[in-house]
Amino acid sequence: MSTLIAVILFVGVIAYALFGGADYGAGFWDLTAGGRERGRPARELINRSISPVWEANHTWLIFCLVTIWTAFPQAFTAITTTLYIPLGLAALGIVARGASFAFRHALSRSRGELGTGVAFACSSVVTPFFFGAIAGGIASGRVPSAGRGAPMSSWLNPTSVLGGVLAVAVCAYLAAVFLTGQAQRRGSTTLERAFRRRAVGAGIVTGLLALAGVFILNLDAPRLFHQLSTAGAALLAVSGLCGLAALLLLRKGGAPVVRTLAAIAIAAVVAGWGVAQYPYLLGTHLTIQQAAAPSASLWTLFAVSCVAAILIAPSLFLLYSLQLRRKLG
Amino acid sequence: MLLSALLGAADPPQLLPAREQMAFTLGFHIILVPFGVAFTFMMLICHYRALRHDDHQAFLLAQRWAKVAAVLFAVGAVSGTVLTFELGLLWPGLMGPYGAAFGFPFAYEGLFFFLEAIFMAIYIYGWKTLPAWPHFFTGVVVTLASVGGTASVIAANSWMNQPAGIVVKDGRVTDVFPGKVFFNGAFWWEMVHMLLASYIVAGFMVAGVYAWGLLKGRRDRYHRLGFLVPFTVGAIAMPLQFLVGDTIARQVFDREPAKFAAIEMVPRTDDHVSEVLGGVFIDGKVRYGIPLPDVASILAGFRPSTPIKGLDAIPPAVRPDDAVVSIVHLAFDVMVGTATLLLLLALWFGWLWWRRREVPTNRWFLRGAAVSGVVALLSLWSGWVVTEVGRQPWTVVGLLLTRDAVATQGNLWPLFATVLVIYLCVGAGALLVLRAMHRRWLREGTEAVAVPYGPQPAPATNGRTPGADDV
Repeated sequence: MSTLIAVILFVGVIAYALFGGADYGAGFWDLTAGGRERGRPARELINRSISPVWEANHTWLIFCLVTIWTAFPQAFTAITTTLYIPLGLAALGIVARGASFAFRHALSRSRGELGTGVAFACSSVVTPFFFGAIAGGIASGRVPSAGRGAPMSSWLNPTSVLGGVLAVAVCAYLAAVFLTGQAQRRGSTTLERAFRRRAVGAGIVTGLLALAGVFILNLDAPRLFHQLSTAGAALLAVSGLCGLAALLLLRKGGAPVVRTLAAIAIAAVVAGWGVAQYPYLLGTHLTIQQAAAPSASLWTLFAVSCVAAILIAPSLFLLYSLQLRRKLG
Repeated sequence: MLLSALLGAADPPQLLPAREQMAFTLGFHIILVPFGVAFTFMMLICHYRALRHDDHQAFLLAQRWAKVAAVLFAVGAVSGTVLTFELGLLWPGLMGPYGAAFGFPFAYEGLFFFLEAIFMAIYIYGWKTLPAWPHFFTGVVVTLASVGGTASVIAANSWMNQPAGIVVKDGRVTDVFPGKVFFNGAFWWEMVHMLLASYIVAGFMVAGVYAWGLLKGRRDRYHRLGFLVPFTVGAIAMPLQFLVGDTIARQVFDREPAKFAAIEMVPRTDDHVSEVLGGVFIDGKVRYGIPLPDVASILAGFRPSTPIKGLDAIPPAVRPDDAVVSIVHLAFDVMVGTATLLLLLALWFGWLWWRRREVPTNRWFLRGAAVSGVVALLSLWSGWVVTEVGRQPWTVVGLLLTRDAVATQGNLWPLFATVLVIYLCVGAGALLVLRAMHRRWLREGTEAVAVPYGPQPAPATNGRTPGADDV
């Protein structure tokens, strides 16, 4: 049962990486779109693309947090008492980002647009870095079971920095792929070409980072490296192939296919992390089973997940399909 | 006084910043909660009127409110996310041992919030493109989901007041009965209380804006309707809230005697207890208040001879100190006092409406209505102070002391300082954005309304509303 909940938790993490990731990445391209006038078309596309969906995209984070604290409360507090600095900064990043995005939206073409836009774009880049660093700290086993681990080195270490930078790159890549499709649907060839170029660039950078990551993990987190190269190898291979295929197909068009391939590539990496951790939740000192709450709590969570699958999945499908058919906004 | 109340001699160093930060961020978030819960309902009233009676003014109101809601919902969503983080960052001693017990109501809340976020987005962004009635019903989903969300969060909070449904062995939760956790003794009334409070605060807040406009002489139908709909919602909820609140007070007397003793400032167990209006608690004695003989006993048990447990019945080690008692008592007085003012305002409105069947023109009434939102917010805040401070020194009554729940790692002051700065910016930003909207809408006026769904019966058309697409 506890393993099943851990799987559900990871489904949430993957969903957040994909949807939240694309969302953050849009902010990255917002930041790099250029000056006020030159960047306007790109920013407008970003605005229209994520306005109706960003809150739903970020609800996955809530889902992950409540699942951890209900199912694995010990691991949750171990993480929050060790990685409290990046967690606190990420929370503040989320506030700054969400608020400034909503404000900019309401203030479009007025004086406040610039300031809120800068706040939105910067926090969009910084926040995923912290989440990546947190993931790196957990994955490299730097969170002790009893919590209160090293406050700095738990997230300022080679694996965390890799995780953080990789997270930003992945977000940018996903967003560029999604935005290429959005530009296509809105019939803007200039923007379509621009975001396709960005997707290729971000894809190459992400690939290179992943390659560099192999060496970093080998040195800094040998167990994770070993597990990734054995148990997680198949998933990483899938990820690499899909990523590569997506890059090659980007030029040819076919947005839905490319989007799916890119999503699979990212989902496979995150799943690979999960497989490599198994059966441990933290390092090699806390297993999923040891950390699990009483079974009644787990069953309740399972019930919540079933209800979510019945209610939320179709609702999300409705939202995204309306959005893709440009029925919103 | 608040500071000294929250910092006892032997308390861990993080307790003060943790409590202040929690209080501040909760206090901030709770301003937005009523809008998330109840604002959509008012939009739907206008929306329904617009669809049924082809009422363009109602339609314009619903559309503009949706734009306001989009901003407030966003701020509410992110400030709510911060609270999720804070449960772990500030209160690991709560979430570690008891996450397994009362964590799952938050999972339900997540579920409802998911629904709310999805359908809110469809509702807000669907004006131009969705067919009329399906669009209307996406708003209904939001309203229903917000009731579920309120219930879930209150389930977690009320469990801390009256914990139930768990087996604890050696400080570890070994078994959980989810039904008893969720539907604990305090759940139902606390939930209804908060739900009504949301409708009251949102109703009076929104009505206040239009009352202000009416005072400034903008007496067109748009402003009258914008006043009437939310004010009626608040005015209907207000008397109900009195009944609910009164019931809760007696329930607290029954089941949370320590909180009741603090609310009534009762030093020693006694009968014929007076109700003290105002006043503070110093060195175990009530000072400066206006006592109403026997009233507290009568309110608690309908008879002057009803005995009320005093603070002396609480073991000294877990007895709230004087300042906590004073805060709880005064907060209770403020809550009841402000609620009474609002009730009188609601009755006044009822009287004026009954006489004339039109939106009141009485300037004093309108002045009262203009500030009623702020008064309602004050009432809401003080109600939460009574619940939360009234539970001290416990976080989970009888199981976990607040000083054992608080974080011990690092230093929370810098985090709190950053939170303050960012929240003040967000708060100021929200007000500026709302003001910018207000000004734009004043410029645009209320007549230039295009038909949104095309002619009735409504097929989806591309009818564009000026202003609707530039947000």
